[in-house]
Amino acid sequence: MKSIEIFSEYYKYFLRGTRATVVISLITVIFGSILGCILALMRLSKNKPANTFARMYIAVIRGTPLLVQLYIVFFQLDFISYPKMTLLGLDLERTLPCIIALSINSSAYVAELVRAGIQAVDIGQSEAARSIGMSEAQTMWNVVLPQAIKNILPAIGNEFITMIKETSVIQYLGVADLMYNNGIVITSTYNPLPSYYITATIYLLLNLVMGRGVTLFERRLQKNER
Amino acid sequence: MNADRQTVLEIKNLRKDFGELEVLKGVDATIKKGDVMVVIGPSGSGKSTFLRCVNRLEQPTGGQILFEDQDICSSNNDINKLRQKMGMVFQQFHLFNNLTVLENITLGPTKVRKLKPAEAQEQAMQLLDTVGLREKASIYPSQLSGGQKQRIAIVRALAMKPDVMLFDEPTSSLDPEMVGEVLSVMKDLAESGMTMLVVTHEMGFARHVATRVVFMDDGLIVEEGSPEEIFNHPKRLRTKDFLSKISTAF
Repeated sequence: MKSIEIFSEYYKYFLRGTRATVVISLITVIFGSILGCILALMRLSKNKPANTFARMYIAVIRGTPLLVQLYIVFFQLDFISYPKMTLLGLDLERTLPCIIALSINSSAYVAELVRAGIQAVDIGQSEAARSIGMSEAQTMWNVVLPQAIKNILPAIGNEFITMIKETSVIQYLGVADLMYNNGIVITSTYNPLPSYYITATIYLLLNLVMGRGVTLFERRLQKNER
Repeated sequence: MNADRQTVLEIKNLRKDFGELEVLKGVDATIKKGDVMVVIGPSGSGKSTFLRCVNRLEQPTGGQILFEDQDICSSNNDINKLRQKMGMVFQQFHLFNNLTVLENITLGPTKVRKLKPAEAQEQAMQLLDTVGLREKASIYPSQLSGGQKQRIAIVRALAMKPDVMLFDEPTSSLDPEMVGEVLSVMKDLAESGMTMLVVTHEMGFARHVATRVVFMDDGLIVEEGSPEEIFNHPKRLRTKDFLSKISTAF
C-alpha cells in the first residue's frame, strides 16, 4: 500500500496540517455561530436599518464564492496590522484574514438556519413569556433560543461539516493547513494519488468525529424533554 | 353590591381592527377587585381579542385600558411591569417546552421578580400542592396530560402574585374528562377572592362562579348582568337567541 508508506514517511506534514485545519475550523465555527445568531436577531428585528443590513449581508455572502470572499478580505483588510508571528506553525498575517473570511461566510448560513429555527418556535411560547412580564430579550434568551437551537441542531451540524471541508481553500493564501501540507508531500513524492487518499481519510475522520459530537449534544437536549 | 371596591380594570371604548376587519367596535367594561367576570358569546365575536388587548398581547387600535389607574398603552408605563400583575392562561397552555414544571413556575419569579431561586422554588412547590401536582415538579411538559398542563399554567401565572387573572378559553382544548379538574382550580381561585376575567364556553362555570356575565357579539358587549339576569332573564334578542342555541347542551 503506497498510501501507508507515504504516510509513515511524511506523517509529520499531515499531522501538522490536520492540527491547523482543526484549529482554524473550530475558531471559524465558534465565531461564525456567534455572528450568525446576531445576524439572525437583526434579520428578525423590527429595526429597519438592522433588518436591511442583515438581509443584504446574507444575500451578498451567500451569492458569492468563498474563494473570492477570501481574496477580497485579504486584500481589502490589508490596512490591519496583524501580529507578525507564528502560532502552531501558522503565519498569523495570513491566517487571521482567512479566519475572518471563513467566519463571515459561515455566519450568513448560520443566520438563515437560526432565523428558521426561531420562526419555527410556536408564537404562544413567547406570548406566555411576555404575559408574565418578561422582556423581549429575556424571552428570546430563556425560552425561544433554547428551543430554536434544539430544532436546528442537525442542520447546524451539517453547516459545521461543510465549514471544515471549505477551510481547504485557505491553502491558496499559503496557510499551512491540511491541503497545503498535502501539496508539499506531493511535490516531494511526485505521486499525488496516495496523498489525496490520506488527506481525504483525514477530512472524513474529522467530520465523523464532528458529526458524532453533534449527535451526542442533540441526544442530551432530547433527554431533557423525554 | 359593594360599590367602593377598588377598580382593577377600566376599559373605555376599546377598538381593535386587523386591517379591514373590525373585531372590537368599542367595548366598555369595569372590573372591580374580587369580580369574576365571565365573557360569553359566539365564535368570532371578539371575546379572545378583547382579553388579549387587556394585557396588550394585541395592540388596541383605539380606546383606553386602565389597569390600576395606569394606561397600559401609554409609553410612560412599562408594559412588562404591568403584565407582572396580570396573569394569563391560554387555551393551548403554552408551557415552556424546554423547561421542567418547576422551572416553568420559577422562571418569572426569578427573572422578573428577582426572587432567590430557593425562595421561588419553595413558593412554586406550595402552589403545586394547591393543585395536587407536587410530584410532577421535575418532569417536562410533554409528559403531562392537558388538564395537568393547564393547572400548571395557572400556577405559573399565580407565581407572579397577580392582581387579576385573565383566562382565554382555558378548557376549550381539553378532553372532556379533564375539564372538571381545571374548572375546580378556577373555582377555588375565585372563592379565594382573585379578580378574574374569563372567556369561556363553559356555561355551568359562568352560571355558578361568575359574579358578572358579559355577552359579546360582533365586537360589542350586547348585555351585561348577574348570571341570574343573563341566563334566566336575558333582555336582548341576540342574547336569548345565543342561549337558546346552546341550551340544548345542558
